[in-house]
Amino acid sequence: MWPGETTIRALMAEYKVQFEVFEGPLDLLLYLIKKEEVDIYEVNLTKLATQFIEHVELMRAFDLDVAGEFLVMASTLMFIKSRELLPVEQQVVVEGEEEGEDPRWELVRQLVEYKKFKDAARQLQVLESRQESIYPRRPVKMEFDNPAAPAKTEAGIFDLLNAVNAVLKRFEAKEAGTREIFEDKWTVSEKMERVLGVLLERGRMQFSELFATAASRPEVVCTFLALLELIRLKQLQCLQTEPFAEIEICIRENSVPGENPASPGPDQPQIQGQPVDSIPLKSGLETGEQ
Amino acid sequence: MELKFILEALLFSAQKPMTLKELREVFSATAGAEDSTETARAFKKVKDEELLACLEQLSAEHESAGRSYRLANVAGAWQFVTQPDYAPWLRSLLGVKARPPRLSQAALETLAIIAYRQPVTRAEVEQVRGVNVDGTMQTLLERALVEQSGRAEVVGRPALYSTTAAFLEYFGLKELGDLPAADELRRLPVERPPAPVTADPGLATVPPETLQSSGTTSADSEPATGATPPAEGNPPAQA
Repeated sequence: MWPGETTIRALMAEYKVQFEVFEGPLDLLLYLIKKEEVDIYEVNLTKLATQFIEHVELMRAFDLDVAGEFLVMASTLMFIKSRELLPVEQQVVVEGEEEGEDPRWELVRQLVEYKKFKDAARQLQVLESRQESIYPRRPVKMEFDNPAAPAKTEAGIFDLLNAVNAVLKRFEAKEAGTREIFEDKWTVSEKMERVLGVLLERGRMQFSELFATAASRPEVVCTFLALLELIRLKQLQCLQTEPFAEIEICIRENSVPGENPASPGPDQPQIQGQPVDSIPLKSGLETGEQ
Repeated sequence: MELKFILEALLFSAQKPMTLKELREVFSATAGAEDSTETARAFKKVKDEELLACLEQLSAEHESAGRSYRLANVAGAWQFVTQPDYAPWLRSLLGVKARPPRLSQAALETLAIIAYRQPVTRAEVEQVRGVNVDGTMQTLLERALVEQSGRAEVVGRPALYSTTAAFLEYFGLKELGDLPAADELRRLPVERPPAPVTADPGLATVPPETLQSSGTTSADSEPATGATPPAEGNPPAQA
């Protein structure tokens, strides 16, 4: 390592950084003018030309990519400089160019224009960083309850009675005038098992579905009593979105799974296996009200 | 009920900047609702000019109240935004705003020329900047800050470029007239000095030896002043 090496290296690094920030020959010229601390209109272009070419030479010496634009500008400046070396009366008037069209003026005009846009770019940069600090009000979309699924309330005993009456009316019309006596095929506990079986499988069902397969009034009554009994045992619940809407039956979520609803506890042995007619409706009504 | 307060309530709750058209749609929908009130029906066919006047008044009121937020109009859409001074706390609360990387100096210069001179050809931009702008133009087009807006009626019919609505949004501008010093830069009048100054008014130029010495002096002094950034008003970071 020789003594001057570090200095050269530092110089090179410095120039490299500098040249990279020049956005073109005009930028470099503006930099040189600024360094001279003179107005663009009053700048000595001849001197500027010398400095510009020195910079370009440095760029080449440091093996930087010298864009073609720098060389074009260098030649323009050389032209201006060489023209000025002649007394005014001996200066060549380029053919086709109007008298008074001064290449110096053209360059100054270009520099002034570029300078204005460079300043405008700086203003844009200020706006750009300012925008980074501006936060818009962005309220989150509010989670209102979906109107398609309004809150469901538990259906009361009268809702259930209303519903079952509607079902029974169908049979009334169908069975009008006929009197058939047949064996009671169903027991409440059998129906309870059936209903619970379907619900365990599907999770929920409509009230009307419960009676879709019923063939007679006694069967409807039997199924209904089974339903009331299951409600009383807290195995399932009947939900309704609004008064008189379709009742939905589903498994009660906090039901005690260990309890076998089909074989109720000792507190109601009277239901077990008894025929429909003999079940006291009262107990069902009471339980349904809770 | 005052129209401007209805607008305030709407913009307070809106999830995106609202244009006049979108606001008008809200008024018409409200008036068309089954249970619409007389007031709501009165605003059914509210005019853009009325809305604009109210919005501007509202914006001015918020501005003069000196609150931490204001009603901003960006590219014709209205929205409540915070003042930049409160950014440090908002950054902690909400995180750094998701924005594309900042534009380079070259891109900003090119964009400035297009913004003030639009519609403009690539050649005109290059004329002003004195460099080739192919790469920069590509970046600006990709970021949709500028777009091709037609073709110039000159030989070769070169493409004309203009800025987009995204440009206004990116810089938070209301319209192109909102650009800083727009009037001055649109069509730049450059005063021609009586005569370009030469080194010595008596001679066409300075004697070569003077040039030589001054040139050497400046070259020698360069390393000392070299660290000064070329752009004024752009102080070094440590300042």
